[in-house]
Amino acid sequence: MQTAPITFKRRDPSLPKGRQISDQDLQDISKLLADMPRRTDMVIEALHVIQDSRGHISATAIAALAELFRLAQAEVFEVASFYHHFDIVREGEAIPAPVTIRVSTCVSCELAGAYALIDQLRAAVDADRVRIIASPCIGQCDGAPAAMIGKRIFRHATVQSLLAASDADNNQALLPDYQDMPAYLASGGYRVLAQVLDGEIEADAAVASMSDAGLRGLGGAGFPAGRKWGFVRAYPGPRLMTINGDEGEPGTFKDRELLERAPHRMLEGAQIAARVVGCERIYIYIRDEYPTARAILRREITALEASALDIVPMEIRRGAGAYICGEESAMIESIEGKRGLPRHKPPFIAEVGLFGRPTLNHNIETVAWIPDILQHGPQWFADQGWVEGHNGPRSFSVSGRIKNPGVKLAPAGIPLIRLIEDFCGGMAEGHEFKAFFPGGASGGIFPAHMADRAMDFGTWEKEGGFIGSHAVVILSQEDSVRDAALNTMRFFQHESCGQCSPCRNGTDKMVRLLEANVQSEALYQDLLTVMGDSSICGLGQAAGNCVKHLMKHFPAEFAHD
Amino acid sequence: MTDLAADLSGIKFTLDGEQVQAFAGETIWQVAKRQGTLIPHLCWRDAPGYRADGNCRVCMVEIEGERVLAASCIRTPSEGMVVNTANARVQKNRELVFELLACDMPARETSPNPQSHFWLQYDLLGQQEQPRFPSGRPGAGKQIPVDSAFHDASHPSIAVNLDDCIACGLCERACREVQVNDVIGMASRGMGAGPVFDVKDPMGLSSCVACGECVQACPTGALTEKTLLDVTATRREVYADAVKPSICPFCGVGCQTEVSLKGNHILKVDGRQGPANRGKLCVKGRFGMDYVMSPERLTTPLIRRNDAPKSRDANMQFADISSVFREASWEEAIAFAAGGMNTVRDTFGGQALAGFGSAKGTNEEAYLFQKYIRQGFKTNNVDHCTRLCHASSVAALMEGVGSGAVSAPFTAADDSDCILIIGCRPEQNHPVAATYLKQAAKRGAKLMVFDPRKQEMMRHASHSVIFNPGRDVPMINAMIHTIIEEEIYDLQYVQSNTVGFEALAEKVRDFSPEAMAEICGVEAQYLRELARTFAQSERAIIFWGMGVSQHVHGTDNVRTLIALSLITGHIGRPGTGIHPLRGQNNVQGSSDAGLIPMVYPNYKPVEDPAVRKRYEEAWDCSLDPHNGLTVVEIMHAMEAGEIRALYVQGENPAMSDPDQNHARKALASLDHLVVQDIFLTETAWFADVILPASAQPEKPGTYTNSNRQIQLGMPVRKPPGSARQDWHILMDMAKASGLDWGYTEIGQVYTEMASFMPCFDNISWERLMRETVVCYPATTVDGPGEEILFYDGFPTADGRAKLVPTDLVPPHELPDDDFPMVLTTGRLLEHWHTGAMTRRATHLNAQESVPVVSMHPRDIGEQGFSRGQQVTVETRRGAISLTLRADRDVTPGMLFIPFCFVEAPANFLTSPQLDPFGKIPEFKFSAARIKKANAETTI
Repeated sequence: MQTAPITFKRRDPSLPKGRQISDQDLQDISKLLADMPRRTDMVIEALHVIQDSRGHISATAIAALAELFRLAQAEVFEVASFYHHFDIVREGEAIPAPVTIRVSTCVSCELAGAYALIDQLRAAVDADRVRIIASPCIGQCDGAPAAMIGKRIFRHATVQSLLAASDADNNQALLPDYQDMPAYLASGGYRVLAQVLDGEIEADAAVASMSDAGLRGLGGAGFPAGRKWGFVRAYPGPRLMTINGDEGEPGTFKDRELLERAPHRMLEGAQIAARVVGCERIYIYIRDEYPTARAILRREITALEASALDIVPMEIRRGAGAYICGEESAMIESIEGKRGLPRHKPPFIAEVGLFGRPTLNHNIETVAWIPDILQHGPQWFADQGWVEGHNGPRSFSVSGRIKNPGVKLAPAGIPLIRLIEDFCGGMAEGHEFKAFFPGGASGGIFPAHMADRAMDFGTWEKEGGFIGSHAVVILSQEDSVRDAALNTMRFFQHESCGQCSPCRNGTDKMVRLLEANVQSEALYQDLLTVMGDSSICGLGQAAGNCVKHLMKHFPAEFAHD
Repeated sequence: MTDLAADLSGIKFTLDGEQVQAFAGETIWQVAKRQGTLIPHLCWRDAPGYRADGNCRVCMVEIEGERVLAASCIRTPSEGMVVNTANARVQKNRELVFELLACDMPARETSPNPQSHFWLQYDLLGQQEQPRFPSGRPGAGKQIPVDSAFHDASHPSIAVNLDDCIACGLCERACREVQVNDVIGMASRGMGAGPVFDVKDPMGLSSCVACGECVQACPTGALTEKTLLDVTATRREVYADAVKPSICPFCGVGCQTEVSLKGNHILKVDGRQGPANRGKLCVKGRFGMDYVMSPERLTTPLIRRNDAPKSRDANMQFADISSVFREASWEEAIAFAAGGMNTVRDTFGGQALAGFGSAKGTNEEAYLFQKYIRQGFKTNNVDHCTRLCHASSVAALMEGVGSGAVSAPFTAADDSDCILIIGCRPEQNHPVAATYLKQAAKRGAKLMVFDPRKQEMMRHASHSVIFNPGRDVPMINAMIHTIIEEEIYDLQYVQSNTVGFEALAEKVRDFSPEAMAEICGVEAQYLRELARTFAQSERAIIFWGMGVSQHVHGTDNVRTLIALSLITGHIGRPGTGIHPLRGQNNVQGSSDAGLIPMVYPNYKPVEDPAVRKRYEEAWDCSLDPHNGLTVVEIMHAMEAGEIRALYVQGENPAMSDPDQNHARKALASLDHLVVQDIFLTETAWFADVILPASAQPEKPGTYTNSNRQIQLGMPVRKPPGSARQDWHILMDMAKASGLDWGYTEIGQVYTEMASFMPCFDNISWERLMRETVVCYPATTVDGPGEEILFYDGFPTADGRAKLVPTDLVPPHELPDDDFPMVLTTGRLLEHWHTGAMTRRATHLNAQESVPVVSMHPRDIGEQGFSRGQQVTVETRRGAISLTLRADRDVTPGMLFIPFCFVEAPANFLTSPQLDPFGKIPEFKFSAARIKKANAETTI
């Protein structure tokens, strides 16, 4: 009976087990972190500090961080390795090049030549100095192809523009002109908050206004805001509030635009919601791809705190490159300093949310409408829908083969074709409308002849899709729906958190089947079944929509080699 | 049935068409199991301590009205819910999840474990086709290539084959939540998601402590014992032909085990659901059992050759045994062994004899051993190594609360709000007990860790106190001072349950935190905070180990802890108590059974005429009316020529006793030394006759763990060669010494012993055979034993506990210019006691194979050493050479040496100075110096 030998690479007897660190390592990291609280929920912020200052995170730094935070090395490593924006360098591994160019490869950017741009860049740069990364959507789809270097954004990026910038200092975001605190106050801002604080607007009335206005969650789920407030208020405090600014759904950029133009609309809305629902603290989670919005918010929150208004304390938390953190419970895990794994429901976060407390979570745009609704009344808001049954204005992120891509403020329920014709200047020159994503990567893909339907919650569900975050991507006769579907599946494969097997393995198998051009519909249908029925969260449940529609609406392309 | 119905929460729902009810908190999976439906499951482990995670999605069920399926392992039913566990939709999803997982896994027949939980669950779905989906893993669908990036054979005991991993995270929960070792994390994302060790390190180089909980939990073959795999460590090679229940032979925790055997060969060990371990094991229990199969096992009796004189410098590490000993028949060996004892008795009298029993043997062996010495030689010179561990604890406990055992089990930490541990490193020495303390800390209980060295437990602690070595008394007295001064003691408890409070209060008046701060190296304000936190907790419990007991003021140390517990009323309730963590598997039992020179079984004084009379009548002989000598006193008496014969059963004084130069000289000077053991121990080097005995898994009997739980162990394998069970050897020795015992079954020994021990009332041999574990004392013949003692009063004459004031006694030997460092000794996780077993356990020795002295890296740098070099550590008693280890846990100014290495026995350095009450030596404090090793330095 010969069994596996027990001889092994003997560990060094002159040291205890595991990675050892020195007093110096501890001092170095401690100095970098300065006065940051050594709390588990700050681990991701601490990792950002190290990544920002050193360009990578060494295994030793992880060990030192773990000791300072009284965590195990594995506890820090598993978090660091979950987020794509942390470059972990273990002993003996190469340190990444000092400059990193992230080129967005979402469908809109791919249509605009992102992959060609990547190839050209790789050919043009010195790999020791510049690293090119094909990145998931960075929320600049109306400026495709788009890229990032450090905290700078490059729209309509070219090899020349990126190379020219790669020598510069990109560590500070460039701030655009936006409505700052004085400007917002001058336009009548924070008067509604003052009324709420004075008791002039009572909490119950505010909740009723949200319901009467028909304000729905604009992060994608469309849950009625008034009802949500009612739920969270009903649970015993202390309660918390989170603002979901992890706008990662490919094709979506409306929240970024809102934050970069009028950040105080969101801040006032959040303050009102927190007051009405009785939340003691507001955590604003902003994706790492939005350095500009983050810098603006930091400035404006400081300004707001300095004002005479009685403010609910606010904290910004920085994402680190993980689409899944747009799922509200995954975001909450991330704010707690953990991997962004969606939680099982029930319990819902309204009952057991951030740090185990009842939590009110809202999308950026959703709260931004709150002051307007309270100021002008719910009917004013509801009346702005396209027809009866569709309430309010909506921000559509429109990109792809249209003449004027961008954020379009249009009535809820507008038929897509009218959105294209009346708000986007029609199709781009030489392009014929062929297909569209109504709601980013997960909402499915439909043929042009279905563009006469209402762009609102409730329409696309009947067709096995959804409008989600209202991210519309338009394809033309030049484009392959199959390629778009594969792009989307690769995105989900890349972004699956890996927690549950149907999504983790299903997205991987779907990509492999498409890549191998397997034609057996039964295989795809089986994957759709198990992903749709058995995944923990919406990512896995919806990830296959585009493939489902490829087979249903574009059979020729599905069969095409 | 009515009882069950009363416990139901009243949630009624429909399960597969039947109306059922759920207990509060019960999941759908658990209700289904109760109803007889076992829903397939992978990431859910149906065992205590494991949290459902709901990630594998195999146990999905359909809940009417819900859009998607739900994981039954994590979902609790609600009123009126309609659940289908096996309709077509559910079945389809379940099959697809299995298929999705299987298509990335190696082919079953060549996988690390074709009989894994995964495959057995998959079998339940019926015949399956080959998985249809493409995979990107190197091992998918075939045998795992050894160069697979997912293959890691770096650990001596565990093979990692992540090609077979389904990322269910059970290993992470095992490591983080069940054992709280925090080595495994679930890293990365998507298909890359999976377990890592530390920072994705090779397992063998990580901080893994090899408790093996992950292996036991893994539902596939991704983590497998190497002993089951082929030479590539990727494919299952070996299968057991029997699985038998057993008990771990190492520390005092008393883990129940399940031993897999192929013939007489132990293949692997799993944790069994015992009250002390709840399925858990540590590295020693799981991977340390191959010592019993060591080629070094003694298989035949040996008698010293006439031409092989004894020498204090004997060293048989690499010697040819046959040049010193010759083989003998059992008849000759017993006649020689007992004859030698008889001759000394007949020539010099019984006081010239002594016996060292063992804390590793069974209760029955301990009872028989002390009976043999007392009855056969009319002497009370019988002791064992508890003298070297917790004699001071027992002395203080007997004096203070009238009982030498723990007042509460370590599992009482479950109910505790504040856990104080001092002078112990349970993660190394009682790893499974440590899990309960760490879990309590994670749940939010205060954890106070007092240790002169840093330790990993401090990461979980609310209060970490690194204090000056040997300064326990001033530190605890300063806390008592604070509690009395600030009047936060439990006045009512003190008044109704204790005596001596005024004297204590008077004594500690001089011990203000402000006055003691510098002496003990802890700030006064912090001492006050510690005192307040402990006193004001609802339920607080104290654990201690050898760091408290092994001092010249060891008994005083324990007295202060008892006083702290008593004045705060933190005793006699759930979650409170005092618990000396016992070092050996049966140290509690062998003390209970009377392996102590001052007492008969159940701590009855030998100098009490009434007690003695009872034994004289029962044993039909006259007995020694005076206390016998203790271990270290016996060694001195041997050196002085007063003791001429010694019978050692399963102990190793040549390694464990302090000041080895003298101890070994004493052993070498004996006229007659009988050693009964399973190995040629260092003590056996000095023997006249060696009797080959049985290892723990080879013999029947009972063991009493640290929690007072009596556990039955039955043999699972045969001893090698002509080695015999110890109680048979003892009976033959007794017979040859003229005693007529006549036991035919081990149970008769237990019954006779229990007849002298009221604490064993209601615990008959038949009951032990039936229940296999009972906690003593038990008040009824079928009810559970009392885990928490002193609910109402103490087993003392007046029913009250005694508060004993203590003085400031410094360590015996303070550092000075010649010997500027403080040397402390102890154990390593992998090595148990003197290493007789664990150094011969190949997996354990693979991890810690080199004698080391640990020193803080700052000291190493400042004193011009470099780690890894050979150094000599010297005290006034001797010098040894070993490898220098840099360890930030060791406080600057200190040295730590484990005493398990025969190549560099730490006890050549330690001091034989004794605590006056417990007669325990000061192992934990010696003045020492360190220098570069000379080539000629030898022991």
